[in-house]
Amino acid sequence: MSTETLAAGLETALPTTLFRFATAGSVDDGKSTLVGRLLHDSQAILADTLDAVARTSADRGFGGEKGGIDLALLTDGLRAEREQGITIDVAYRYFATDRRSFILADCPGHVQYTKNTVTGASTADAVVVLIDARKGVLEQTRRHLSVLQLLRVAHVIVAVNKIDLVDFSEQVFRDIEADVQKVARELGLGSDGVADLLVVPVSALDGDNVVDRSERTPWYTGPALLEVLETLPAADELEAELESFRFPVQLVIRPQGALAPDAVAAGLDVEAYRDYRAYAGQITEGSVKVGDEVSVISPGHEPRTTTVIGIDFAGQSLEEAAAPQSVAVRLADEIDIARGDTIAAAGTVRESTADLYASLAWLSPKPLREGQKVLVKHGTRTVQALVRNVTGKLDLATFNVEPASTLELNDIGHAQLRLSAPLPLENYLHHRRTGAFLVIDPIDGNTLAAGLVKDHPGDHEDERYVI
Amino acid sequence: MSNFSTTTEAYASATDAAPAPSLDGNAASSIASSYDRPDATPGAASAASALESTRLSSLDTLESEAIHIIREVVAEFEKPALLFSGGKDSVVMLHLATKAFWPGKVPFPVLHVDTGHNFPEVIDFRDRTVERLGLKLVVGSVQEFIDRGELAERADGTRNPLQTVPLLDAIQRNKFDAVFGGGRRDEDKARAKERILSLRDEFGQWDPRNQRPELWNLYNGRHTVGQHVRAFPISNWTELDIWRYIERENIELPSLYYAHDREVFARDGMWRAVGEVSQPLPHEEVITKLVRYRTVGDMSCTGAVESDARTVADVVVEVAASTLTERGATRADDRISEAAMEDRKKDGYF
Repeated sequence: MSTETLAAGLETALPTTLFRFATAGSVDDGKSTLVGRLLHDSQAILADTLDAVARTSADRGFGGEKGGIDLALLTDGLRAEREQGITIDVAYRYFATDRRSFILADCPGHVQYTKNTVTGASTADAVVVLIDARKGVLEQTRRHLSVLQLLRVAHVIVAVNKIDLVDFSEQVFRDIEADVQKVARELGLGSDGVADLLVVPVSALDGDNVVDRSERTPWYTGPALLEVLETLPAADELEAELESFRFPVQLVIRPQGALAPDAVAAGLDVEAYRDYRAYAGQITEGSVKVGDEVSVISPGHEPRTTTVIGIDFAGQSLEEAAAPQSVAVRLADEIDIARGDTIAAAGTVRESTADLYASLAWLSPKPLREGQKVLVKHGTRTVQALVRNVTGKLDLATFNVEPASTLELNDIGHAQLRLSAPLPLENYLHHRRTGAFLVIDPIDGNTLAAGLVKDHPGDHEDERYVI
Repeated sequence: MSNFSTTTEAYASATDAAPAPSLDGNAASSIASSYDRPDATPGAASAASALESTRLSSLDTLESEAIHIIREVVAEFEKPALLFSGGKDSVVMLHLATKAFWPGKVPFPVLHVDTGHNFPEVIDFRDRTVERLGLKLVVGSVQEFIDRGELAERADGTRNPLQTVPLLDAIQRNKFDAVFGGGRRDEDKARAKERILSLRDEFGQWDPRNQRPELWNLYNGRHTVGQHVRAFPISNWTELDIWRYIERENIELPSLYYAHDREVFARDGMWRAVGEVSQPLPHEEVITKLVRYRTVGDMSCTGAVESDARTVADVVVEVAASTLTERGATRADDRISEAAMEDRKKDGYF
């Protein structure tokens, strides 16, 4: 490509949008090969990396009977992993097309699959779950789909891989597709009205339906996997219209005498900014306009209502802003606001509560005990909490809740916690950001669990009489 | 500047094909079977207009994420500092910090580990930047450690691996509990697995097997005495993102990032500058070439690439078309072994 055509290409392609997705599946499903194929065919792999992989392929005698390179090596990890033949952790990879920049969280299967899938899926707009066409829906597939349903991932794409090994059989694909949809219905995947499910037949090894549509699956008229990823709306795009404004305050910007010298040199009016005061944060949900009425939620206060008089971003005054923008908000009234407070669209936040009912995905080898003291990090606040009881554990294969009094690594269960101070908790089902929290070990500071806020029992008509 | 202007590019085909969000919670309507009949998706048109107003460009999204991380670290740590070498990634980091706290000053010092083998124009750029922003500069000097006999010069003359000891010393002496770095995950497979907030022990070591899961946008920076945290706010940026952002924000860089004539000689498949600490061997012929640098590090191990990219727009085009990773092309220290970066990180390097 000549420099001129490339420059012209960049011109028309910009600006691209960002899309985050994760992959879930085991090595046997060909996950590494699929990731390698996506990176290779979208030309995200640069020549020196490809050379190194080709060299290693030859050295190790890999690359398959078809010769060439072993695409799985493109995602080969750390030396510590190669030596032990394991995958340690979620790896992040980057590639771009004309339309989008992609962040791929490559989540290893097998060991600690729940931990890795939860981690990768928590920031993902979409998750690609791999199924081996020869094996169909396995218990692991059910487990993956359960986790994705729980985390409310916006788009679930099931890639039925190794379709070449079943002679590109439509019947095999349709049977698996029907099984996947049956499992999805059982799990309630998509029942919150945001998630959707797509099933695509692929051969990661040969590239069928990965980047380009394949002629060998004429019975499949849908788009290739990459086309799907290029066109699905990101979670923030989907949710901005559905959710009310939420803005956890990270810090107060109040420079007083300490104005930035470069801003002053560029002509900032020192007098006008002497009493500047704004609340900095990232909009987690919804959008806000200058003139909007907002409520300030602080511990120990009734919600206080005021008006947005300015939205600043590094010297620019914005009329409106939406998730996930980082901005600084100015308010009409002088209210005592600090880190940990939340600014929200007026009248849209329930009363704060110190009783937390939640699903917990347990991510630590230290098991959860009833009576344990932990820290809960929610938005920009961290409070102490007491685990009052564990009310059950999910059987991920059946999605039934079973009695339990403890949670161990990779378990997902339900628990009730008492907080040392009330928090503006919201149901994760409707608020992917303000319904999420971390459980932290106060002793070593490690993250113990991913928490998803549930409604209090009794909040729903039909539950009120069950308790 | 158009930092947060919304994108109005045509996106019709995208929204046509995408299932519309269902407001009524009807499961059946939102489970599209195999994506066969995009035209049959109801409500696509209204979704398109709604999405139009909220879409941020990928650079806006990355910028917003980085600013959120920088503010989190400043809010939750006692004494952060920013590792500043004058290299493009650290310059972008500092630019993001100025935006995060505008109209206030950047509320932390910058830390430079000086190998003593720096390009003079980079040191000059560093000093001017610190002056312009009114920052405090803390310098950890490799040369001083060598002079005191606490570090030994390597046989190959490369000083990049020697930076770890002065870095940890500066962190301890100044009691920094969080250090911002410009590391990006697309640089290397070890970095691809590192967290945005990466916990380091008393020895500055990274333990890849014992990392905290990083969930949603909730960062857990809790640490005990002796531990500190490395924070990588631009983890998710690629080299091309960095250059497109430098172009968009009109960020000044040291001049050697742009094409210029320089006396060079060929070594290890790279063009090495002739300088006080980088002398050609008798058989290495010195020639003048039009070159630029893709990374600026220790002069004794950083190579130039042949390039006629004299402006930032030229560089964006060049990087977009590039077929070599920046470290593969220009850093001898990463060629030492297949796991060079992994080993250095475990020992406390960035």
